[in-house]
Amino acid sequence: MGLSKLSGLYREVILDAADHPHHKRALTSATHTITLKNPTCGDVINLSVQLDDADLIQDIGFTGEGCTISQASASMMTDAVLGKSKEDALTMAKTFSDMAIGKEHSQADMDELQDAAILSNVMQFPARIKCATLSWWALQRALLAEHGGNEEESEV
Amino acid sequence: MASNFEALHADFPILDQTVNDERLVYLDNAATAQRPNQVVQALVDFYQHDNANVHRGVHTLAERATADYEAARGKVKTFINAADTVEIIFTKGTTDGLNLIASTYGEANVNAGDEIVISIMEHHSNLIPWQQLAIKKHATLKFIGLTADGELDMADAAAKITDHTKIVAIAHASNVMGTVTPIKELAELAHQHGAVMVADGAQAVPHMPVDVQDLDVDFYAFSGHKMLGPTGIGILYGRKALLQAMPPYQYGGEMIGFVHQQSSTWAELPWKFEAGTQNIAGAIGLGAAVDYLTKLGMVNVQKHEQELVAYLLPKLIAMPGITVYGPQDPAKHTGVLAFNLENLHPHDVATALDMEGIAVRAGHHCAQPLMEALGLVATARASFYIYNTQADADQLLTSLQATKEFFNHGTI
Ligand SMILES: Cc1ncc(COP(=O)(O)O)c(C=O)c1O
Repeated sequence: MGLSKLSGLYREVILDAADHPHHKRALTSATHTITLKNPTCGDVINLSVQLDDADLIQDIGFTGEGCTISQASASMMTDAVLGKSKEDALTMAKTFSDMAIGKEHSQADMDELQDAAILSNVMQFPARIKCATLSWWALQRALLAEHGGNEEESEV
Repeated sequence: MASNFEALHADFPILDQTVNDERLVYLDNAATAQRPNQVVQALVDFYQHDNANVHRGVHTLAERATADYEAARGKVKTFINAADTVEIIFTKGTTDGLNLIASTYGEANVNAGDEIVISIMEHHSNLIPWQQLAIKKHATLKFIGLTADGELDMADAAAKITDHTKIVAIAHASNVMGTVTPIKELAELAHQHGAVMVADGAQAVPHMPVDVQDLDVDFYAFSGHKMLGPTGIGILYGRKALLQAMPPYQYGGEMIGFVHQQSSTWAELPWKFEAGTQNIAGAIGLGAAVDYLTKLGMVNVQKHEQELVAYLLPKLIAMPGITVYGPQDPAKHTGVLAFNLENLHPHDVATALDMEGIAVRAGHHCAQPLMEALGLVATARASFYIYNTQADADQLLTSLQATKEFFNHGTI
């Protein structure tokens, strides 16, 4: 009945994360940066990641504009990957992308995602899956970029 | 008048359904309209009784198909009051028609140093073909701006259109702000400077009487699917003398006169521009849509939409935390309303409205330069048509209120 279904997508944690996103700032000492756009809705994310010598994510931040889902997802993504190795972060990005399209993953993989796992509900709203995955794609693209510290503008 | 239109629902069975357990309220008509039974039946009848290729056979079915196809052209000619049936070219849609002009007339007539003038509110379909032509020809693409109220700035138009201008191409009605532009005045300006006037009528022809001779346009493009017709069919109107002088758009069957090993001649208008087997059923379906709208009367269609906007717009504007873009005066509006809720992304609004059974669009509406000019990333957009009712407008208002409350409190 009407908006009650919305509560499935817009859980309290998601609304909170969107209202008070974590790590919403640009890094001054980023080693990897990327700008991704979703041309269908105009959402933009500028993601900056700072990897240390051991390839651990020492710091991460994002700026940009987007809907509740994309903002919450970016906040949750930064929380989940901060302190993780580049390799682990890439695995998590893969888990998240799979989860968003309804592929099964082990509970252990899901636990790794922390709050971000809550966004699995997004698959019931197919038009909104891209909103949730934008920040994770940005992470993946930034970490896989050949040269650290590049700025790329791209569309998903 | 609004009440007379309520009976139309019987012709649109698609509207008689629930979406997410709510009554479907279809407010995405600017993207595409629904088709009445009469149009669907015309397609079925054609395929079940008359289907054959046109202009290519002496057998009876081929003659019937050709007659139906050409009859549809005649209906469109009358509908937009073209001077001659050969000025009506079947295309795939507005985008196809505008590309046709850019790559034939534009290719032949725009040179280095020339200007093409469009406006900042154009749909990408009436922007990119000109932008790419300008790049290729080393011409300049100029943009007419808007007034504070979201109307076309005619003083700016007078300044931007000069003796170097070869083409002026403007939407007759905006697909975002619902603004109607003074095409007739623009055509006069263009002609004073020796330019041709191209109008993008995608959002105008379905909603108001259009008379291409009165507007004095040189080219006018529109789509079937926004005016109750099938997808994949559209119309390009062109002034006969211009069309005759233009090179063909595509080459192949149907568009030729004589073909020799090293040279060819072209068919007469309009077939010169209709290469290959056309969307015959689509054209016939469009003819049925024209019949349907003609029966309603375009003056009545326009009046119905204006009544809905006159009812809804002031209420929408009065709602706290909502911004409506474009003219705030209902009299200056088509049934297209772009808006945003405070602190809420239009995608979230559209998802919430969908849960209430209401179909609206959210995004940049294929008008990124306009969004940039308005300082926006995206908007929600509700667009009305003949079968929408005051109850639909009320449902939108109620659901917007509920959406605001949901996101303010995190629950309902
Ligand atoms: C003003 C305007 N121009 C052009 C188009 C393109 O029409 P079509 O996609 O049917 O080619 C549209 C449709 O969205 C439109 O609203």
